[in-house]
Amino acid sequence: MSESILRVSNLQKKFGSLHVLRGIDFAVEPGERVAIIGGSGSGKSTFLRCLNFMEIPTSGTVELDGKTLGRPISDTSDVRQYPEAELCQVRERVGMVFQQFNLFPHMTVVENVMEGLVTVKRMKKPQARERALTELRKVGLEEKVEVYPSRLSGGQQQRVAIARALAMEPEIMLFDEPTSSLDPELVGEVLRVIRQLADEGRTMLLVTHELGFAYHFATKVIFLADGVFHEVGTPDQVLKNPVQEKTRTFLNRFSEFSF
Amino acid sequence: MTYQWDFAPVLARFDLLLYGLLNTVKIALISIVLGVAIGLLLAFLRLSPKRILSIPATAFIEFYRNTPPIVHFFWFFYALPVLMNVSLDPFVAAVLALSTQSGAFYAEVFRGGIVSVEQGQWEGAKALGMGRAQLMRRIILPQAFTRMFPPFVERSFELTKTTALASTLAYADLLYQAMMVNSETFRPLEVYTTIALMYVVLLVAASSLARVAEARMTAYR
Repeated sequence: MSESILRVSNLQKKFGSLHVLRGIDFAVEPGERVAIIGGSGSGKSTFLRCLNFMEIPTSGTVELDGKTLGRPISDTSDVRQYPEAELCQVRERVGMVFQQFNLFPHMTVVENVMEGLVTVKRMKKPQARERALTELRKVGLEEKVEVYPSRLSGGQQQRVAIARALAMEPEIMLFDEPTSSLDPELVGEVLRVIRQLADEGRTMLLVTHELGFAYHFATKVIFLADGVFHEVGTPDQVLKNPVQEKTRTFLNRFSEFSF
Repeated sequence: MTYQWDFAPVLARFDLLLYGLLNTVKIALISIVLGVAIGLLLAFLRLSPKRILSIPATAFIEFYRNTPPIVHFFWFFYALPVLMNVSLDPFVAAVLALSTQSGAFYAEVFRGGIVSVEQGQWEGAKALGMGRAQLMRRIILPQAFTRMFPPFVERSFELTKTTALASTLAYADLLYQAMMVNSETFRPLEVYTTIALMYVVLLVAASSLARVAEARMTAYR
């Protein structure tokens, strides 16, 4: 119980009248790799983004190391407000990789990776550079350190983004559809890097449409539908022998055009 | 009849015009620097989610956008002495009028630049654990500045030309000096042609500098 790094309870998120997340309870255990699947609009990205407060939950609580973050806006309210310092603390420990990479275009590749180290962790530039180069070697981009992101392919940009997140030494990595905006032939190079991180035993959550990858990658698969966890289990349980009707319908749509 | 152009009397007093040009550059540069400071402050206030900050900033900006610049000059020069018993010399009054007015315009330029930076950039920075100030300084403003640069240069040219209004307060800018030279030479066509060319030379030189600066700033694209 107390082992989990991050725990959410009754997490809800509304955008105006749209109720996207309808009460989610979930804990991230060290070393586990969670694949989150579901149809578009099911709330899977929103769920992931609530974990590092890219979205502020409408209600419910998020605990980091057993400590509940934020405080209620009043004694009777279940709406919480979150001081910036607390959010920064969470985000330093929970890294994120985005669908659109979100590299900083005005910085070179190595500067992108150094940025968090220098600005947030207050590391000296030479050390930060060393650290950045190590991460870039890991994702196979040591040749590209001095170029600007606009000169890179989508796959290369996403690998830089992964290196940038890894450099911060996060305890949890969140991947929000990391290959969805890539040309099909570039998907492999990014998935291989993620696979390699899995082999290192990192704690990771991945929102993806790559069900084949999810099957090999994950220790746990969550099927999200209508803002709740509809089915949770091992990859074999959820992807091969789903119990829920909705899960089966969803998976069938993927096999429709397979050969 | 054909007009007999004669620049000699004007060129004989060219030192007076140069002095005026220098004063024009001086008042323009000082007002740009102060205007940028005021503009940044107003832009941040206006972007604040707190209405108590954003509403006064919006009111200030709207006031300046919707009143003629010469009114600001007269107001600072004539109203402040009456209301607050401080008498401003023409230079100070003109700088106050120009920098507050251009601050209002710069604020809109800056705000436009800041909000034009994609949501993903804000998120990329936040996800690394950056606070709002760090994110602004390191990620948003550097990108916003390159985008706001062309309208910023445009506004600064507008401001430089507006400095001519300082002549109405008897500040010795280029236009005021031209009026002086004219009253001595009675050669208005020559005098005003000369200073028009001087404004052109000044601003064309400035715009070449601006182009070089812009090319360097956007080299990463």
